Amino acid sequence: MSKRYELRFSGAGGQGLVTAGIIMAEAAAIIEGRYAAQSQSYGPEARGGASKSEVIISDEPIDYPKATAVDACLALTQQAADKYAGGIKPGGVLLIDSDFVKREPEGDFRVVKFPIIRTARDEVGREIVANVVALGAMVALTGIISREAGEQAVVARVPEAFIELNKKAYNTGFEKVKALLA
Amino acid sequence: MAKKVALLQGNEACAYGALYAGCSFFGGYPITPSTEVAEVMSVELPKVGGTFIQMEDEIGAMASILGAALTGAKAFTATSGPGMSLKQELIGYACIAEIPCVIVNVMRGGPSTGMPTGPSQSDVMQARWGTHGDHPAIAIAPSSCQEIFSETVRAFNLAETYRMPVQILLDEINGHMRERIELPEPGDLEVVNRQQPTVAPEDYKPYDHAQGDIPPLASFGSEYRYHVTGLNKAADGFPTSKPELVDAEERRQLRKIEANRSLIEKNEEYRLEDAEVILVAYGTISRSARSAVDHLRKDGIKAGLFRPITLWPFPEKRMTDLAEQARAIVVPEMNLGQLILEIERVTRRVCPVAGIGRVDGEPITPAQIVAKVKEIL
Repeated sequence: MSKRYELRFSGAGGQGLVTAGIIMAEAAAIIEGRYAAQSQSYGPEARGGASKSEVIISDEPIDYPKATAVDACLALTQQAADKYAGGIKPGGVLLIDSDFVKREPEGDFRVVKFPIIRTARDEVGREIVANVVALGAMVALTGIISREAGEQAVVARVPEAFIELNKKAYNTGFEKVKALLA
Repeated sequence: MAKKVALLQGNEACAYGALYAGCSFFGGYPITPSTEVAEVMSVELPKVGGTFIQMEDEIGAMASILGAALTGAKAFTATSGPGMSLKQELIGYACIAEIPCVIVNVMRGGPSTGMPTGPSQSDVMQARWGTHGDHPAIAIAPSSCQEIFSETVRAFNLAETYRMPVQILLDEINGHMRERIELPEPGDLEVVNRQQPTVAPEDYKPYDHAQGDIPPLASFGSEYRYHVTGLNKAADGFPTSKPELVDAEERRQLRKIEANRSLIEKNEEYRLEDAEVILVAYGTISRSARSAVDHLRKDGIKAGLFRPITLWPFPEKRMTDLAEQARAIVVPEMNLGQLILEIERVTRRVCPVAGIGRVDGEPITPAQIVAKVKEIL
C-alpha cells in the first residue's frame, strides 16, 4: 500500500455522501489511529447538484488535503460520474450505481457496479441508507480500512434507533462487492 | 492518560478553541461557509452559562459582541465575505475604543455575494485595512484543524492582552475540512484573562497612558464608570480634538503592535536551511506549498516554505533575512495578489518575487506550484 490513499464519494446533494466520507475518515483516524482528512465541495443548493466528498488516508501527516490522483471513486449519478471519474488515477477503481449511471465513464481504471440505491430500498428496507450501503461496498472494494473499523464508525455515528438498519446496510454493501470480486 | 481525540471540522475546532479560551458570548448571523462556528457555539455556550444570540444582521452581531466585551465577557463572532464587509465600521470602533474581541472570517470568493461555497484567501488586505483610519491589526491564518483550535485560543489571548479586535482568517477548505485533533486538557494551553484596574473607581481613566500603552479595561456595569465613544478621545474617554492629545492617542494605539511584534508574530519554516527558492504560503494553501517543497526537492531543486501564521503583523524581519539567501520567492495565494504586496515591500525585491493567483473556486495544487517554480528557474 502506498502511503497516501485517495477516495472520492460523488453523487447528488442530499444523498449522504459527505456523511459517508466522514464515517470513512473516522474509521481511519479515530478507530485505526492513522491520518485522515475529509473535505467536500458542493454547490449552493441544499438538494441536487453534483456533490463530492473526499477522504485522504495516510500513514504520515497529510499536507494537501484534497484529491490529486484518486485511487477509488464512487458515483451514484450520471452527472457525478461524468464530472468526477476523470480524476481517477491509472489502475484505480470506480464503483457506480448501475441503475443511474448508464453511460460508463471510460479510462484506465476498473469499473465495479451494482444497483446501490435499489439494494438499499429492496434488500435493506430503506432507500435513505444507500450511502451506508455504498460505504460498505467501498470498504470491500479498497480494503483501505478494516471491515470492523468501518462498522464501528457507522455505529458511533448513527442514532441508537437506527444502528441495526445501518449495520445491515453497511454489511449488505460489503457482501455485494465481495461477491462481485470473487 | 491518552488524549481525547476527535474528527473535527476547522469551523468546529475554532468554536471549541473559543470555548477553551473562556469565551462566554457569541453574537452572530449565519453565513456560509462560517455557519458551523455559530452552530457549535449555540449548542455549547448555554451549557457553560454563556450567551448565544442570533442578531438581525452582521452589523448587529458585531455591535453585540462589543457591548458584551465591555461588560467583561470574552466575546466572539463568525462571518464571511459580505458579512465581514458589514462589520468594518464597528471593527474601527473596537480599535479606537480598544475593546477586545475575536472575529473569525471564513473566507469565500468575492467581491459581494461572490461564491458562497467556494474557497478564497482574498480578504488579506481587508483584514489589515478594511476599516478606515490608521489602526492596529492582528490577523491569524492557521492551517490545520489542530492549529485552528490552538490559534483561536491565542487569538483570545492577544485580544485581551492588547485590548483590540483580533481576526482569524480561515477559508472554505480548512473551515469545512475534517481532521483528527487531540483536544487539549485545561492547563495544556495558556489562557490570558483581562487585566483589571487597580486604582479606585473615582480615579479610573479608561485610556490612561500613565498606566502604560495598554491601560486596564474596567467592566461596564461595575463600580467603575466611564465613557466610550468612537470619537478621538482623551485619557478619561471623553472626546477631544486637541492636536497633541489626538496625536498621542493615535500613536499609542499603533505602538501596542509595533512595540510587541516579537510577542505577536508567529511563523513556521520548512526545509529552509539551504533553500534557494522560498515559497511563502498561509492557511490551506501552505499545505499545497509544503507538498510542492517535497516534490521540488526530489527533482533536485532546493525549495523551502516560509509560512506566516500571523499575517498581520507580518513577520517581516525573518522574511527579510531569508530573502537575502534566496534566488526567488514564490507566493501562491487564492486571490490575485495580496500578501505578495507585503512581501515585495519588506524584502525590497532583493530577489525576484512571483505570485500564483487563483480565484476560480478551486485550490492551488502542489503540481501548479511545482510548475511555476520550474518556469521561473
